[in-house]
Amino acid sequence: MNREDFPILDSGIIYFDNGATTMKPKSVIDSVVDYYSNYTANAHRGDYDSSLKVDEEYEKVRTKVRNLINASRDEEIIYTSGTTESLNMVVFGYMKKVLKEGDEVLLTKSEHASNLLPWMVLQEEIGIVIKYIPLDDNYCLTIDNVKGMISSRTKVISIAHITNVIGDVRNIEEIGKICSEHNILLVVDAAQSIGHIKVDVQAANIAFLGFSAHKMLGPTGIGVLYGRYDLLQELEPLKFGGGMNAFFEEDSRYELKEIPWKFEAGTQNIAGVIGMGKAIDYIQNIGLEKIHEYELKLKKFAVSKLSEIPNIIIYNKDTPSGILTFNIDKVFSQDTAVFLNRFGISIRSGNHCAKILKDEIGITNTCRASFYLYNNEEEIMKLAAVLKRQDEIYDNIV
Amino acid sequence: MKEVVQLDDKLKRDIILEHYQSPFHKGLVEGDNYIKVNSLNASCVDNIFVSALIENGIIMDARFEGDACAICTSATSVMIKTLIGKTLEEAKVIVQNFDNMINEKEYDADVLGELNVYDTVYRQPNRKTCALLPFKAMKDIMAKVENNNLTD
Repeated sequence: MNREDFPILDSGIIYFDNGATTMKPKSVIDSVVDYYSNYTANAHRGDYDSSLKVDEEYEKVRTKVRNLINASRDEEIIYTSGTTESLNMVVFGYMKKVLKEGDEVLLTKSEHASNLLPWMVLQEEIGIVIKYIPLDDNYCLTIDNVKGMISSRTKVISIAHITNVIGDVRNIEEIGKICSEHNILLVVDAAQSIGHIKVDVQAANIAFLGFSAHKMLGPTGIGVLYGRYDLLQELEPLKFGGGMNAFFEEDSRYELKEIPWKFEAGTQNIAGVIGMGKAIDYIQNIGLEKIHEYELKLKKFAVSKLSEIPNIIIYNKDTPSGILTFNIDKVFSQDTAVFLNRFGISIRSGNHCAKILKDEIGITNTCRASFYLYNNEEEIMKLAAVLKRQDEIYDNIV
Repeated sequence: MKEVVQLDDKLKRDIILEHYQSPFHKGLVEGDNYIKVNSLNASCVDNIFVSALIENGIIMDARFEGDACAICTSATSVMIKTLIGKTLEEAKVIVQNFDNMINEKEYDADVLGELNVYDTVYRQPNRKTCALLPFKAMKDIMAKVENNNLTD
């Protein structure tokens, strides 16, 4: 749907790597160009017209983000460079302060590196205990398995809303309920779910949540950390400098600004924030339910088409998201990706930054086709047509 | 560059596929004297281990293990076949010339032997890392040997 809004699609590219990043609609591109062409200025700095306009636009987007994820106030929205920075702020700005040696953090083996490595480093630094909630036979998380891992020492559950390889959609509202019953903080990596399905931080009792704008039609280098207001009181900034201090004196006394500005040191990615605002407008105009329904329809179609082809192994037929993970039997995933590229089809191969998922699937590398609203059945037919020609693969890539 | 026999594309592909489907010396052997290194592709896809037995400055044996694409797997196989029996000095010349070939610099095709089948990989820039991966591993192994000799 809405293909005409995406200038890049005019090139004829078939882009199925939306889990990595998404294409940008013209309205997003134009908003960034408009800022650079017509009112470039810094935020929170000047007393002149363009600077005031920047201030307004920059803060307006906070409200848009709040509405998108149903936060209770604008101050709970902190601009970051993306999910990775958001999760690092949670781990090193908050958890490092409140957790103690022996406290347990529950993760899963299908998490992305950015929701695993910070915790591993914290384990090394202060001796928290990382435990992995087991996945079921389809590499998905079940409520029973979550419950089964909770002990009196469990302080945090940190999981993706939608996983990036299998596309498992976690029931975060139910998990949030369990967390509140046990006084556990729920941290959510929403990189793959934002802009794809509804995210409601209050309904799911989420403590912290991170996402990136570029995976939901926005610019790269901008994202959000949501933190519940009472928890943000304890969050320590990891960066200090301009724009985040109230005052400082030569005797080293200083005071920081209020939440959220104390977390936004240095000149921010203003163009990114403005573009993210337009991306949210674009998504809200279509409606998340409609987008999600459409992705499911595409996935179902892709599963049915690829299932007809010999030697195609699909790893996640039933997960209710737009992510399809597969291999051609006995063909290395990268060779398949290079082959598809010969026909103008972009998919991702490898371990998708989920390096310990191999312990569960028993296979290191897969091909991933991840769909978004501008993909269509015709493109999937082309993917299937090329995969049917798998006998020609080595003639094309060697 | 010297005049060399141009292999046709079909023959090159057959040689590469032969090495991909039946790689030479795939499977590591346990031996105290083998030096083993792991080499991960920057794109986090190809993952191979290369091990070599080097005695008196000669590569007596080399083997590999791992999961990698057709280009990387076959290049590892051809590299190992080419380097066994060579002195470290000879091996270094081969490794450097292969590197130059892949990176479109001037190189001596005469020293590369069967490795010349990769002389068109430069046309696929996203495969360069794949072809160079085993050579990076071999460079690391040779550097380790030389460092050991210096400290002995």
